[in-house]
Amino acid sequence: MGPVTAPAPLEIEKTESAEEAFAVPEPDVPWLTIVHNDPVNLMSYVTYVFQTYFGYSKDKATKLMLDVHHKGRAVVSSGTREEMERDVQAMHGYGLWATLQQDRK
Amino acid sequence: MPGHFEPLPGGGAAVALDEVEISIIRSLALQLLELIGPGPGAADAPQDPLAELFTEGPSEPPDDPVLRRLFPDAYSSPGTDPATPEEAEERRTHSAEFRRFTENDLRAGKRENALAVIRSLDALTPVGEEAAVLELSPEASRQWLGALNDLRLAIGSRLEVSDEEETDELYRLPDEDPRKPMVMAYLWLGGLQETLVATLMP
Repeated sequence: MGPVTAPAPLEIEKTESAEEAFAVPEPDVPWLTIVHNDPVNLMSYVTYVFQTYFGYSKDKATKLMLDVHHKGRAVVSSGTREEMERDVQAMHGYGLWATLQQDRK
Repeated sequence: MPGHFEPLPGGGAAVALDEVEISIIRSLALQLLELIGPGPGAADAPQDPLAELFTEGPSEPPDDPVLRRLFPDAYSSPGTDPATPEEAEERRTHSAEFRRFTENDLRAGKRENALAVIRSLDALTPVGEEAAVLELSPEASRQWLGALNDLRLAIGSRLEVSDEEETDELYRLPDEDPRKPMVMAYLWLGGLQETLVATLMP
């Protein structure tokens, strides 16, 4: 370990206040892709899309599809905002009704 | 195999379609194409392909309910009302931004699927009263699947199908109801899509 120079107190204060300012948008809170129920899309088709696009197993895809059907919506993926925008765009491409939002829990 | 797809050995799917069925699907796909519009690749678009690449899409949701269903707001969070006017405004801004950067691509994808359907139908030659057999490669099957779904979404929006109970009512429409032919097409396309997705299930 080399010699350590103690930083000036003023600099420490600056660093802390900058970190606080960055903490405000909560960068660690993930974004979610949510698929909403609609009466037109076939249950088999929705399952197919979850398997094909997300690579989910038949069981997981079926469970998510049933959540969409019975609860009106299901979280199908989570990640960064950019990733979720990609997923939402893909879902719209398949004709599924999808939105993204930040996890509020 | 009238009205339903069957898997082909080695991948792909086949369906027998008569002249009337071909003309119904073709006409619906054409109507969908017209509704989606020509997009930036059209004749009146800038000739420079790079300029075309950077053409931004619209930021406002479409007026037509079918198009609003095909291209929904990405940040609308249905079921959770915005807590403040600022949050409502933020959702609008983000949705508009998302639309600007995605809607052209989404429209192009749906256009390609509908065009693929029309092309494969035009390659068919029904002989007299006999049905022609349409054979689709796995790739063409996926395009058909997307197009059939878009067609059903479009008809569903026009018929104002908004919950399961209303769908059940549609099954029981009297013959003289003006919506009857559209409902018949909607249900028939549903059968086609259901059997096509079965051939594609991983």
